[in-house]
Amino acid sequence: MSALKSRDTLLFGAILLLLALISTRFPGFAAPSNLASVLTDTSPLIVLALGQMVVILTRCIDLSVAANLALTGMVCAMLNVAMPDLPMPVVILVALVCGACLGAVNGLLVWKLDIPPIVVTLGTMTIFRGIIFLLSDGQWINAHEMSPAFTGLPRTVILGLPILGWIALLMVAVMAVVMSRTPLGRAFYAVGGNPRAAVYTGLDVGRTQFLAFVISGTLAGLTGYLWIARYAVAYVDIAGGFELDVVAACVIGGISIAGGVGTVVGTLLGALFLGVVKNALPVVDISPFWQLAISGAAIIIAVTLNARAGRAKGRVILKSAEVTR
Amino acid sequence: MKLTKLLATVAAATGLFAGSASAEDMRIALVVKALGIGFFEAAAKGAEEAADELGGVEIIYTGPTDTTAEGQIEVINSLIAQNVDAIAVSSNDTDALVPTLKKAMQRGITVVSWDSGVAEEGRMAHLNPSSNPLIGNMIIKLAADHLPDGGDVAVLSATTTSTNQNTWIEEMNKVMGDYPGINVVATVYGDDLADKSYREAQGLMQSYPDLDAIIAPTSVGIVAAAQAVADAGKVGEVNVTGLGLPSEMAGAIQSGASKSFAIWNPIDLGYSATMMAYQIAKGAEAAPGAEISIGRMGTITLDDTNSAAMADPFVYDSSNIDEFKSIF
Repeated sequence: MSALKSRDTLLFGAILLLLALISTRFPGFAAPSNLASVLTDTSPLIVLALGQMVVILTRCIDLSVAANLALTGMVCAMLNVAMPDLPMPVVILVALVCGACLGAVNGLLVWKLDIPPIVVTLGTMTIFRGIIFLLSDGQWINAHEMSPAFTGLPRTVILGLPILGWIALLMVAVMAVVMSRTPLGRAFYAVGGNPRAAVYTGLDVGRTQFLAFVISGTLAGLTGYLWIARYAVAYVDIAGGFELDVVAACVIGGISIAGGVGTVVGTLLGALFLGVVKNALPVVDISPFWQLAISGAAIIIAVTLNARAGRAKGRVILKSAEVTR
Repeated sequence: MKLTKLLATVAAATGLFAGSASAEDMRIALVVKALGIGFFEAAAKGAEEAADELGGVEIIYTGPTDTTAEGQIEVINSLIAQNVDAIAVSSNDTDALVPTLKKAMQRGITVVSWDSGVAEEGRMAHLNPSSNPLIGNMIIKLAADHLPDGGDVAVLSATTTSTNQNTWIEEMNKVMGDYPGINVVATVYGDDLADKSYREAQGLMQSYPDLDAIIAPTSVGIVAAAQAVADAGKVGEVNVTGLGLPSEMAGAIQSGASKSFAIWNPIDLGYSATMMAYQIAKGAEAAPGAEISIGRMGTITLDDTNSAAMADPFVYDSSNIDEFKSIF
């Protein structure tokens, strides 16, 4: 990991400022235990945003993440109802595989049929929701039908932080290594930064985009189980509209919608920023009519900053070029 | 085919009657949105109860196999051919059934709708499960019943623009005077999203450490709030109540996060719809302002649109949740 870029430092400063502001109205907010619960609450957003980051880096977008999450979650919940004694690692493996397969569907359509990603994922988003309806017949799966182990896992506290939070941190670490230390990670940047140049260096653009969708799908699948277990309920509309939060987190975190620019740290900070705002709004006593406006304003400001930064420096592909800038 | 098979089943089920059934028996058809739905199976149970009480009534419980208006039209046409005495329908479409039901009324069949109504010209009267004032009063009563010494309660609603919830909260505020010592400290909106509702419930518990109850008149909100209370370790301190479905709330009742909640009782609804159809078929007037007796559920009064509200929402708690959680 390189040192924090100035943009990330800025965002980090903004989060601290936000925390300080909230503390003046609600003193308990910055307490360590509350911050831990904010991190836990933001974990699904962090994990999904990491997957979305990879996809956006390759000049694509994945609007089906929330639907993937809901479908995988429903599959896990139904599996749990059918076989309550199935060990948790197996359930998580099913979630990962199911999510990866759904992501692969997106990836294949983008890669082999060359359909614009926004159209593909807009379509699969509705298809996935439709499949949930077919699977569940529109019925809810409720807390009392799930096994205690199933709903208990994400809540189990280790060293003051629930497993849900630890999983998000683990994923951040894994993705940080993948993005900066593996050929695949560098390929994502190359393909998004300049697809033509990427082809000349021997990279298959379509295949790289396919892999990005698979990663996004896998992470969405994992989040699917965690989400269902945390809220202890599964139904068709679960996490409805959450894909927009995920894209927003990426944008706030400095991932360029034009592809090729963005970091894991930025994504993490972007998700945390949104998470802090979401968790603070209920306690600072702001009219619900204003809450949406405030969330929206935060996104616009971030994008504006992003656009200005983007103009100044152009696209960065290689780390060395970035450092010498 | 299916219908005859069904009739055979019904006849077998009401075996006691079968022997003594005579041509004099009044035949009331209970037409539901679709067969095989727990809610309507329970309503049919209520209809049978009404038939037993009235005597000389045969219930024909029927409906299409999927929730379509076409299916219901087919079923109703066959009921007209059988010349039943009354049809009580929970419709899949407000307007599509009207021509068929008009035909039924022209043949002298009493037609009423219940649960999900049809347009005014397609029925003689309609029975709503409850009414806005009754629901508004019930949600605050549920909280107040467990707070004999008064306390702070908060409302977790759906979206800021949800007509139903806003009306119920308005009705609730009108009757606040009847519940001295109960303060509504906040109204927050979970947008009927599990995660936002959960977060809002957490926020309520943080902002108001002395909070005694959360009232959520929405089925998504009440489940999420109950989960948030359980996760915060505040079971017993904060009671989650409001409107929810027994199948969805069974876990919350089990964990103690919710002491009680309310929703219409399908058995009572089937019972009352049958009673209403019976009374009108027997000649009771179905006009605005008319009062119709519906047996153990009391008396209903028809309003300007010939609709009436059955009763208070039914309260579910640990004593009856197991019976209802498998129904709906």
